[in-house]
Amino acid sequence: MIPEPFLSILYALVYVLVAPVLGGLIAGIDRKVTARMQGRVGPPILQPFYDVGKLFEKENPVVTVTQNFYVLSYLVFMVVAGALFFSGGDMLLVIFAFTLSHIFIVLGAYAAYSPYSHVGAERELLQIIAYEPMIILTAVGMYMVTKSFFVGTIVASSVPIILYLPGVFIGFLIVLTIKLRKSPFDISTSHHAHQEIVKGVTTDFAGPNFGKIEIAHWYENVFLLGVIWLFFAWNPLIAIAAIIIVYFLEILIDNTMSRFKWQLMLRSAWIIAGTLGIVNLGVLYYLGMVVMP
Amino acid sequence: MLIFLKGGYPVQILQILLYLILFPLIAALFILIGRRDYGRDMIVKISAIVIGIITLALLVLGWDKGTLIYSIASEPVSQIMFIIEIILAVAIVYLGIKYRKSLTIFLVLLQAGLLIWFETSMAGQVHVEENLFVDQFSIIMAMIIGIIGSLICVYSVGYMKTYHLQHKEVQDRRSFFFATLFIFLAAMFGLVFSNNLMWVFFFWEITTICSFLLIGYSKTEEATNNSFLALSMNLLGGVAFIAAIIYLVMSDPSGKLLSLNYLLASSKAIALVPAVLICFAGITKAALMPFSSWLVGAMVAPTPVSALLHSSTMVKAGVYIIVRFAPVLTGTTEGLIISLIGGVTFLLASCIAISQTNAKKVLAYSTIANLGLIVACAGIGTYNLVWVAILLIIFHAVAKSLLFLCVGSVEQQIGSRNIEDMGGLIVRMPKIAIMMFIGMAGMFLAPFGMLISKWAAIEAFITAPFGLIFIAILAFGGSVTVFFWCKWMGKIISVMRDQTVMEDSGRKENYGVLYCLTGLVVLVCLIFPLISSVLIEPFVFNIYGKIAGLAQANIIIMVMMLCLLMIMPFSMLFYRKGVTPATPYMGGVPMNDSMHYAGSLGISRELVLSNYYLENMFGEARVFMIGAAVCWALLLFAGIMLLGVIL
Repeated sequence: MIPEPFLSILYALVYVLVAPVLGGLIAGIDRKVTARMQGRVGPPILQPFYDVGKLFEKENPVVTVTQNFYVLSYLVFMVVAGALFFSGGDMLLVIFAFTLSHIFIVLGAYAAYSPYSHVGAERELLQIIAYEPMIILTAVGMYMVTKSFFVGTIVASSVPIILYLPGVFIGFLIVLTIKLRKSPFDISTSHHAHQEIVKGVTTDFAGPNFGKIEIAHWYENVFLLGVIWLFFAWNPLIAIAAIIIVYFLEILIDNTMSRFKWQLMLRSAWIIAGTLGIVNLGVLYYLGMVVMP
Repeated sequence: MLIFLKGGYPVQILQILLYLILFPLIAALFILIGRRDYGRDMIVKISAIVIGIITLALLVLGWDKGTLIYSIASEPVSQIMFIIEIILAVAIVYLGIKYRKSLTIFLVLLQAGLLIWFETSMAGQVHVEENLFVDQFSIIMAMIIGIIGSLICVYSVGYMKTYHLQHKEVQDRRSFFFATLFIFLAAMFGLVFSNNLMWVFFFWEITTICSFLLIGYSKTEEATNNSFLALSMNLLGGVAFIAAIIYLVMSDPSGKLLSLNYLLASSKAIALVPAVLICFAGITKAALMPFSSWLVGAMVAPTPVSALLHSSTMVKAGVYIIVRFAPVLTGTTEGLIISLIGGVTFLLASCIAISQTNAKKVLAYSTIANLGLIVACAGIGTYNLVWVAILLIIFHAVAKSLLFLCVGSVEQQIGSRNIEDMGGLIVRMPKIAIMMFIGMAGMFLAPFGMLISKWAAIEAFITAPFGLIFIAILAFGGSVTVFFWCKWMGKIISVMRDQTVMEDSGRKENYGVLYCLTGLVVLVCLIFPLISSVLIEPFVFNIYGKIAGLAQANIIIMVMMLCLLMIMPFSMLFYRKGVTPATPYMGGVPMNDSMHYAGSLGISRELVLSNYYLENMFGEARVFMIGAAVCWALLLFAGIMLLGVIL
């Protein structure tokens, strides 16, 4: 069942307006929890908003003017991908729009022609090829359970999707770590102050452009947690609990693991997608045990 | 020639078909006779434009006519074809002896032997009346050949002029070159309009010979070797093709089964063996693994030849014939094996493309990968996968021809086809860089063509038998594709310090061609629902009785995304003011303005950034060996199964 066009536009609008607020809050809580784990007090919950607000008051230094275009496109297509998702659109289309937006940030980093952002761009691309197969397999798994690629139908399904897709779910959690830029997979850029390639892809963005990247990342995180929701969509309470637990786990992993090399990241992401994901789907496929509700 | 028409069929369309096959031949003759450069170049351009217009006329007249089959008295034509084939065989044997290529000689003799044996002992009773036909798929192929092929011909006029200025050592054989291009086009038209398998085989062999001649154009040792490699592999396919014909005539001496329309409508028990043999020929021609090396080697030819081989002719003949036979392959183990060969090729060729620095090699491997995907779709052969396969053929032809011609232009101006030398192309040659950018976007980004097809392929495979294997292949292969295209894009747009515009405006007609192709890349994405509903869907419906397609809502969103993508660059207008120019962050290392490190003792070193090629993981030799081993094993398995069916 596809939701009413009006209703889906409303959902998309709500996402566009609420997601940055929610994303910023999540980032604030993330920083607080991280600080507590490290025995610090940590910044106020609203600190991310202050930071981004301040970024927009600064001047906009760029190596080349085209960087502005790439960053804006990154933000716009990230919003498009998320809005499509929350309006109940086709999962595959959402994934492709999502990839498109990341291509823009990579191109922006390439355009600057600095060693740090260049290596960051290469690594960001490696991250894309590491996580994309698993995300597509996730969408395919949801299709196999609910017989639809449309988020609207998947979310309305009363089947506990997680029970059919445990392997896919674990695979998705691994790539979620890549996407949330958490250690051990924060190889292209990191939330932490400094790493071996400075700030990676974002090195040569400052001021308002960097602010836009932060906001895009908030949109992205809300969308990704939305995908977690789909696994538990039959029961909203469990879904919220699952999202909280998953996010807490991600913070815990972030604080207890050291950064991988990209080779290990690529191999582990592919091997996990290749085994857990495909085996899970294969079992579903051959048992034909998927029963339409 | 006597022409018998069945009642009521539009005569004009038959005239157009014959015209499309014969006109390029006449043009080729005039080009060969024409002695003066200027006159010859005019003939090339005018003939190309005429061919383009006639193909459009075919579209306008033929799009709603369904399948039209024409009866033509075949005996005299078949005799002429046989004589030409024998003459060509003799010529190849001569060249084979001259260049000491024993494998080629063996294959030619084998093929000629089979042909003569067939002609003397069996061909007597064979009587095929319905020799020409046209349906929606033929029209699509004709559009690709007639429009993209002739654009490439126009482009090659200017390109070859510069080519000979830059390569004084190569003998100027341009008349021969252009004539071969037109014969190539004629053969391709013949191939897609022929209903008689004997005719298809004849044109098939002509395309093989044409590509052999064009690859070896420069007559260097590398070019000669690679042309013979291409020839040998395609002759091997030709042997399989003629074996299929002999098998068909043995099972029905009247030769009725040699008509494509009868063969495709007959039972699988009869059609499967020849279908697999012909698909093997298609695999060699489409350069799937293990035969991919000929297409990679073919890049020694002048770039318009590569563009032609990769987009509108040659390899497209291979996938054309496999898609034609897709209904026979549906649901068979042999079809699944052919699909697997395609799938493995798609995945591994995409991986190899990561490790290549040579722009033409990247394009070659990307072509091989996409042909693999098309074959993977056709081998499974359900209705929606055939729809996807045809969509892939269209999108690939347009984007790939644009990319090759762009690389050709870049190569002539910067003197290198290495991607690492293309840094900052956006500053040096902005127009070509933007067109390349659009071409690459067309190859892998939403909402452009190839991605639409990959998406449709995922949706189609999910309901197909054994589809999960192919979805996994698509998920991994598709993301690998993102890597090698995006890092190339990044190279082009990285803005270095000391670069200036170097675009020359001398070759206006070349830019014209590039503009046309760029327009086509975008246009095809915008109107693909129309192409689908007018041509592809009716074709698929005729065979399977089902309508394939993407959901309407998604198409609207795709078009909206495309529009958004086209609007976005205008945002740069708002950034004219209020930006502070900065130098890239160097971690405090002393640099001068032109990005040189100031070292101790006055040494200055230039900053050079190079892309990742991941040679250890995706090295050509290693990955190709895996692919060749897997694909040979699959072919062997298919061969054993086939033997089982025959015995």
